[in-house]
Amino acid sequence: MLIFEHSAKGRKTKIQSTSGNEMPTDIPASLLREDKPGLPEVSEMQAVRHYTSLSQKNFSIDTHFYPLGSCTMKHNPRVCNSLAMLPGFLSRHPLAPEQNSQGFMACMYELQEMLCDVTGMAGFSLTPMAGAQGEFAGVAMIRAYHDAKGDFERKEILVPDAAHGTNPATATMCGFSVKEIPTLDDGDIDLDALKAAVGPQTAGLMLTNPSTLGVFERKIEEIAKTVHQAGGLLYYDGANLNAILGKIRPGDMGFDVIHSNLHKTFSTPHGGGGPGSGAIGVAERLKPFMPLPVVTKEGDAYRWLTEKDCPQSIGRMSAFMGNAGVLLRAYVYMRLLGNEGMQRVSEFSTLNANYMMAQLKKRGFQAAIPNRYASHEFIITLKKQAKELNVSAMDFAKRLLDLGYHAPTTYFPLLVPECLLIEPTESEAKEALDGFVEALVQIQHEAETDAEMLHNAPYTMPVNRLDEVRAARQLDLAWSASREA
Amino acid sequence: MPFIPHTEDEINEMLSVIGIDSIENLFDEIPAHLKSTGLKNVPPGLNEMSINRLMQQRAAQDGQPLCFMGAGAYDHHIPAAVWQIATRGEYYTSYTPYQAEASQGTLQLTYEFQSMMTALTALDVSNASLYDGATAMAEAVLMAVRSNRKSKSRKILVPRSVNPAYTKVTETMVKHQNIELLEVAFDSATSKTSMDSLKAFDGEDITAVVISQPNFFGTLEDVDAITNWAHENNTIVIAIVNPLSLAILKPPGQWGETGADIAVGDGQPLGAPMSSGGPYYGFMCCKKEFVRQMPGRIVGRTVDQEGREGFVLTLQAREQHIRRSKATSNICTNQGLVVTASTIHMSLLGPEGLKQTALSCHRNTQQLLEKLTAIDGVELMFDQPRFHEAVIKLNKPAAEVLDKLAQNNILGGVNLSEHFAELENCILLCATELRIAEDIETFASALAEALK
Repeated sequence: MLIFEHSAKGRKTKIQSTSGNEMPTDIPASLLREDKPGLPEVSEMQAVRHYTSLSQKNFSIDTHFYPLGSCTMKHNPRVCNSLAMLPGFLSRHPLAPEQNSQGFMACMYELQEMLCDVTGMAGFSLTPMAGAQGEFAGVAMIRAYHDAKGDFERKEILVPDAAHGTNPATATMCGFSVKEIPTLDDGDIDLDALKAAVGPQTAGLMLTNPSTLGVFERKIEEIAKTVHQAGGLLYYDGANLNAILGKIRPGDMGFDVIHSNLHKTFSTPHGGGGPGSGAIGVAERLKPFMPLPVVTKEGDAYRWLTEKDCPQSIGRMSAFMGNAGVLLRAYVYMRLLGNEGMQRVSEFSTLNANYMMAQLKKRGFQAAIPNRYASHEFIITLKKQAKELNVSAMDFAKRLLDLGYHAPTTYFPLLVPECLLIEPTESEAKEALDGFVEALVQIQHEAETDAEMLHNAPYTMPVNRLDEVRAARQLDLAWSASREA
Repeated sequence: MPFIPHTEDEINEMLSVIGIDSIENLFDEIPAHLKSTGLKNVPPGLNEMSINRLMQQRAAQDGQPLCFMGAGAYDHHIPAAVWQIATRGEYYTSYTPYQAEASQGTLQLTYEFQSMMTALTALDVSNASLYDGATAMAEAVLMAVRSNRKSKSRKILVPRSVNPAYTKVTETMVKHQNIELLEVAFDSATSKTSMDSLKAFDGEDITAVVISQPNFFGTLEDVDAITNWAHENNTIVIAIVNPLSLAILKPPGQWGETGADIAVGDGQPLGAPMSSGGPYYGFMCCKKEFVRQMPGRIVGRTVDQEGREGFVLTLQAREQHIRRSKATSNICTNQGLVVTASTIHMSLLGPEGLKQTALSCHRNTQQLLEKLTAIDGVELMFDQPRFHEAVIKLNKPAAEVLDKLAQNNILGGVNLSEHFAELENCILLCATELRIAEDIETFASALAEALK
């Protein structure tokens, strides 16, 4: 039932009881609204009950094991939320003068410094509001760097074929063409193909390490050398920082620019699809191009860097300074972990992934890259099940929901047929991992005995498989009273 | 160990299943000389008690000044239920609803959100949100370029009366795609986008025009005339609107003869605290003929195998994970949680509560102006119909006066001379429903003092 269907004409909740309901006389009638907007008219209790019961139709980290590969669904500590929502932080106007902002700015400055340290970069800007915006900032800086040198011929960005879809989409938004570099069976990038692809047209390479295939890119130094010698820059898609935190730093691997999804590695909530934060770090040579604002410290005081300080900046990416509340949550999380806690993140997320992979292999499942250690995530391919039993990765995914597990990422990366990309994260206990393995074993058994049953899973959710074709053809994107009537 | 549940026994058991002696073996593929030798700028970890203390101090340190600033972020009342419900774990800690069957809560809520936004804007469709108002303007410009098949110029008219921060962000985001943003002057007496400067483009190939209602100075533009002019010129109309104002102002879908084509704005006034600038959300609505050029996620209502109503992400063929380099935008994660809060906010207020809030903002601003203009050395600029912001001119440098007010714990407004050389000594200010008579009185006497 939709909130609109709880509505009754003329019901008012009186939450906003301000006096006077007369339309203003100092605004011409031609600029005023004639009809009442079709919002629901419900009581506070109706609204609270409706949205509470809707929430119960969601899987979430707080309610379920959620091993969604490349999304890092780790525990979101509650204290990060309660401290970011202190009244002093919530009520700060984004344009408040610096003298009324030193507490907030201290947090931002220290966050920049900590991010520089864990990534090995020289500078950090916190303004990008999600990973895709961080990528945009990174690629725009690569462009600004070449342009500033008068090198206008570098019009191509190289992207591995295993890359996330945002990589090529971002390159296009920055006016580059995209060339894909193939990946070898062992998960490493095809270095010969890369060497053949680089040239005076190469602006840069966008790379994830560990790759989206869940393995460490072993030839990283040679890749960096190849791209740099050709005059290109190296961009690190930092969605996977969880695997390397405190172990190896992108700056030391030779990367020039990195974005870090704070909503993954640093545990800010995913919120059903955001808000995120794609903070962006740069090597020394890209510092002049960072997006603004950035906090700097002079003596004991914090100050915003603006266009006057950074005339070569690629510009602004949000009306103010990005998702400040998300940044505060990441700051609190990093301070809780501290120096010694950073390494533990990579160690235990990697331990969990490799343990699950080992258990699944023992139970007959096929790892996409069987002879290497996984990073913080790994891939199972169900191509054998698809061929022999006519059961797809999607069938496995949907059946997992019935067994109380959120499904892993399916059909990404695109290179591996019928894949499940599994990322347990460090915060899951061994029991949860064992339970998930048993669930997959059970589904495998069901696939062998009653494949038809799996095709129609799930059975215990509020709805079963939805008609996506109908959704796209008979578009129903908004409720309206007139149409319902 | 904070957030890590493993016991010593479990670790050993897990290592033996993997067939290794220590966790460190799992990192053998990292070349030894590249391994990190420790972090220098990350201090030792704090416990929850200590971080509480630190953050309480920092939050308190910034005071909670009496806020008369607007310029895109507004101090509104948010009912207590809004964030209590929105931060329930089932909303707070879920991912983008890829597994529709296990995400009906978020999906249905998003559909309800889209319905509310189309109701407010009087347009046909809404997406599930963009990052903020500024990036929503940038995405609208890109969308207009894709949509306007009659235009080849990729020229966009952007009035100077649009929030300059929005224009800057748009420049950052579109400059690599051969799109030209052409500035349109505002009338120096009224601050409105002048029809004369628009008419200079009569008959020219212009892809789109941006209209902000109210404009950055709080003034109401002649939206009907501008919309009609644009459509006669085959130009797409992009409206930037404050969603709260739409409870009393004519919605973009009803501007002129045929309505604006795309409406965007920042959802902050509908349930997001000012919070240093974010997280807010950008919204985008449009006429249905443009829906396939819309960026971002869209939820649709459909049925399951048994004919039960359900909700899914739809029209995904526009998006980066399918179209890759040919996608409408690179956006994937948006501002879901803030949209959740905002949907609850709109439900709690309803059409009447929203209208009362909007009226109250308008009334308080008029009262504020009455009080302030009675002070010697204060002059009202642009005496025009407005929503809840206005510009006043002082007889002293604005920076100096604002600084004095800040020392008295009052944020008196935004210094306009930083962005508009012609508006020397001018400040942009705003009174929301929260700035009651007593606050206005406090401000007026502090300002009188500062101008002495």
